[in-house]
Amino acid sequence: MPERPPTGRPTVQVVDVWKEFVKRGRRLEALQAIDLAIEPNEFAAILGPSGCGKSTLLNMLAGFDRPTRGQVLVHGEPVEGPDPRRGVVFQEPALFPWFTVLDNITFGPKTRGLRSGAYQPQVDALLEQVGLRGFESHYPAELSGGMKQRVGLARVLIMEPQVLLMDEPFGSLDAQTRSLMQELLLSVWERHHQTVLFITHDIEEALLLADSVSVMTARPGRIKKRLAVELPRPRALEITTSPLFNALKREVLTLIREESLRAAREGGD
Amino acid sequence: MTRRGPWFVLLPLALLALWHVAVTSQWVLPGIIPAPAQVVESWYKWIFGPPGRSLSPYSGTWLANVLYSSRRVLQGFLIAAGVGIPLGLFIGWNRLVANVVDPSIQLLRPVPITAWLPFSIAVFGIYDAGALFLIALGAFYPIVVNTTHGVRDTNLLLLRAARMLGAGPATILGKVVFPSALPSIFTGLRLGVGVAWTAVIVAEMIAVKSGLGYVLWDAYYVGRMDICVATMFSVGLLGFLSDRIILVASRLVLRWRTLEAHA
Repeated sequence: MPERPPTGRPTVQVVDVWKEFVKRGRRLEALQAIDLAIEPNEFAAILGPSGCGKSTLLNMLAGFDRPTRGQVLVHGEPVEGPDPRRGVVFQEPALFPWFTVLDNITFGPKTRGLRSGAYQPQVDALLEQVGLRGFESHYPAELSGGMKQRVGLARVLIMEPQVLLMDEPFGSLDAQTRSLMQELLLSVWERHHQTVLFITHDIEEALLLADSVSVMTARPGRIKKRLAVELPRPRALEITTSPLFNALKREVLTLIREESLRAAREGGD
Repeated sequence: MTRRGPWFVLLPLALLALWHVAVTSQWVLPGIIPAPAQVVESWYKWIFGPPGRSLSPYSGTWLANVLYSSRRVLQGFLIAAGVGIPLGLFIGWNRLVANVVDPSIQLLRPVPITAWLPFSIAVFGIYDAGALFLIALGAFYPIVVNTTHGVRDTNLLLLRAARMLGAGPATILGKVVFPSALPSIFTGLRLGVGVAWTAVIVAEMIAVKSGLGYVLWDAYYVGRMDICVATMFSVGLLGFLSDRIILVASRLVLRWRTLEAHA
């Protein structure tokens, strides 16, 4: 694990956050008493079953949604709405289908009113890093799922966000593409060291990528346990066969099994 | 699309043959419905005949009347698009605008364009403005309604993505909502141009003294059913042509979408 300078304040602070939805007159508790702190440059994963509210948590950090109770702070400031300082990579690539790869990536800088000279070097570097060189003038419809997600990553990285929020970004990719994308993300992260919040339901993915894994309960979502993943960096796919990785995996599996059993007992959906 | 070959000509040919037989064997009253050959001949003279110096008052006047009607359709259609698209964008985008404007549009929309004719003549008189009013009004409804639908169908995820990348309302409207609504807008334009041709014929039959609609009604009054039928075909061809033009334009503008369909 890379040495981190001692800091006074975590980059992301989620303080006693509760979230309720009202659906057809029924109150639904999505999140209960969530406390979470992400240190600067930490890669934090949230692991949980589907429907546990982990995307809701990410949406509140992104500013798409507000907590019913509690506080969501980034760099000490309450999150009021979406902001390029908090870049989001969605599960669906959510690219603008009418723009080429290049126009999708430069959407943010252009919106900021920058001239192309100001961001072109970064665009070139990013295209190289995420392996999209030669595809600049392609439309999203011409790209594979993995390539679309690389565009989704590049258009956010170009904004140099303080926090990178990733909502199961590789969830809809096939297994091989997913592994490639995980390695790509690792190499990109080694370069930029952003603070990352990564949502997933894939145990191996969480352990491979993250410095910490917070395991969530089934709905209403709470954070059941937070584990430190002290695997050496830089990491590669091979690390998933190491004894420490397997020990961590076993621990997480036990936590998840408890959770599924509890959910089954309580007749959850 | 599968290869169709020349099969599509079979039905029109059969109908032509039926028409021909119906006239020559006098299944219809003789002298009222002209045979296909006669229509073709009259149509030919109408297009290529020497103007003014022949016995037929229609000789050589086809192009001029086509241009009258086409210009009116184009002008009325442009007015409709110029008002309908921006208005549709705002109705779809802004709840306040929708609440203020949309109910009136929905209330007026069922009034048939033909029912507006007396009103239009009373207000604009027997001038071009009356025809343009009818054409623009008729084409306006499908354009505004489809634009509104297109805007409301904008993917929420794309709106979030744009906001997350720092886009304000103007950027979102121009770079996300408008392109996202474009396929719907083009549907509206295609429907609109169809209505525009209906409206121009109605308007020219009654409100002005030129164009294909005027010829149609005039020819009917003097018993020239051959010219009437030739006019019907002319309007049909022009309507078809204008639809194709918009279709081709939409394919060019929505290139990203045709790629999607083949992916």
